Amino acid sequence: MALAIRAEGLVKHYGETKALDGVDLEVPEGRVVGVLGPNGAGKTTAVRVLATLLRPDAGHATVHGHDVVKDPRAVRSLIGLTGQYASVDEDLSGTENLVLLARLLDHSRAGARARAAELLERFELTDAAGRAAKTYSGGMRRRLDLAASLVGNPSVLYLDEPTTGLDPHARNEVWAVVRKLVANGVTVLLTTQYLEEADQLADSITVFDHGRVVAEGRPDELKRRVGGQTLQVRPTSLRDLDVVQRILGDLTGVRPTRDDDTGLLTAPVNDPVLLSTLVRKLDDAGITADELALRLPSLDEVFLALTGKQTEGSPA
Amino acid sequence: MSTIALDRGVRHGFSLAWRGILKIRKNPEQLMDVTLAPIIFLVMFTYLFGGALAGSTDSYLQMLVPGIMVMNILQASMTAGVQLNTDVSKGVFDRFRSMPIARSAPLVGAVLADVVRYVVCIVVLLVVATIMGFRVQTGPVELLVAAGLTIAFGLCFCWASVFVGMLLKTPQAVQGMMFVLIMPLTFGSNVFVGTDTMPGWLKAWADISPVSLLSDALRGLLNGGAIAGPLTGSLVWMVAAVAVFFPLATWAYRKRV
Repeated sequence: MALAIRAEGLVKHYGETKALDGVDLEVPEGRVVGVLGPNGAGKTTAVRVLATLLRPDAGHATVHGHDVVKDPRAVRSLIGLTGQYASVDEDLSGTENLVLLARLLDHSRAGARARAAELLERFELTDAAGRAAKTYSGGMRRRLDLAASLVGNPSVLYLDEPTTGLDPHARNEVWAVVRKLVANGVTVLLTTQYLEEADQLADSITVFDHGRVVAEGRPDELKRRVGGQTLQVRPTSLRDLDVVQRILGDLTGVRPTRDDDTGLLTAPVNDPVLLSTLVRKLDDAGITADELALRLPSLDEVFLALTGKQTEGSPA
Repeated sequence: MSTIALDRGVRHGFSLAWRGILKIRKNPEQLMDVTLAPIIFLVMFTYLFGGALAGSTDSYLQMLVPGIMVMNILQASMTAGVQLNTDVSKGVFDRFRSMPIARSAPLVGAVLADVVRYVVCIVVLLVVATIMGFRVQTGPVELLVAAGLTIAFGLCFCWASVFVGMLLKTPQAVQGMMFVLIMPLTFGSNVFVGTDTMPGWLKAWADISPVSLLSDALRGLLNGGAIAGPLTGSLVWMVAAVAVFFPLATWAYRKRV
């Protein structure tokens, strides 16, 4: 399959900080590749290099065969950029924002108006078309951001943390939009801090840490390595911590992570049925719990599983 | 650059200037700084100090209005840096830069939109001044030349603002810095008082400051009197400002975005 994006050995240093430390990345045409990693992993730096906003110190990258450094203009005519750092003008209305971008892409006055109206309609923003973007809700803002990045009909779309800071409802809206775009054949490079988001949208996931690629694979492959879900127990009494740790360990076959301060025990599980088994065993042992939950692995746990180390800033 | 590319660049510049003008219309308070403040100065100085400084408020007004025009345009030209810095900080520029347009188009657009701001400032000021009793002693041609010269002065000095705007991190820092630069520049001049009673070192500066020279040139144009000397001085300053700050501003701009 032809590659839409190919990056080899990308390096970008800021003083001592290695934002990118030799990154290779391949995105096949028409696919969605998710770049997953914590803050400071180099995700945004990679997107900025691939969007011609930043020159790499070493390595090279091409978008549909055009070098991002040598031929930025050709790359810019192919890409759309949405996210944390590429934003709409808050003082302008939805229509004005899109008309401006269409005019910059050499649409005629009438053509620009038509294109703006069409995109606003498509993103269900017609009712808010005349209002300043700063009055939009978080979800509407992101949809306008997306619309703005699509004015030029890009064949490659960069979505840099498109749902960070959104509530679940708005997040779902953005996801629906992205799915529609992909159905129309657009290639998407998506960065995210959430495994669930990458799981929902991406055909394959690349995990970044400290400017390096630490894991790659299809979402289900990665999840299998992580353990699909996490079982969390907090016994009412800290005295029961040892007993519960043993029960949980026997059940999951993994040594649970233990936090002596909060009394929280966590262990990765693949089989959700284990939750009811755990409830029964705790009951048998006469132990009550303040908190008992089955949840998706956090990014910290994905990292722990994939890299064997904690993400920076999380408790060791 | 081919003519087609140049043509597109100019068109993109105008599209972005249209954005700047829309923003002025939506946030008229942006203009308050540069319309209200000079009016307050005009009213305050004329009625408080005019009698004491020039014998009568009327004769003081004739001397003050050209000076306030200069102060006004200097302040208006300084918002360019704040505006550009805001765009960069908020990520609006990243979108423009990821598009196939000339890299300088946002800069050209910002400066073109500034011209509109300048015109509004000058018109408002002259209307208020006329209500207060100011009268152009010469003719419409001189008035237009004076206005054009003032706008050109703003366009030359706005590069200093663009430079500072691209150098400092936040819009607030840019605003603060520009205030610190402009205040002594306006007061250390002959805008409000003659330079004769100033201490030697200050008089030496005030007599050759760009603000004084342009004020004198405008006085000559609007009230009648010597024009050639102060006009030449102003033009030298304008050329110097562009020669120094245009390269610095474009260098800082390219480094920043």
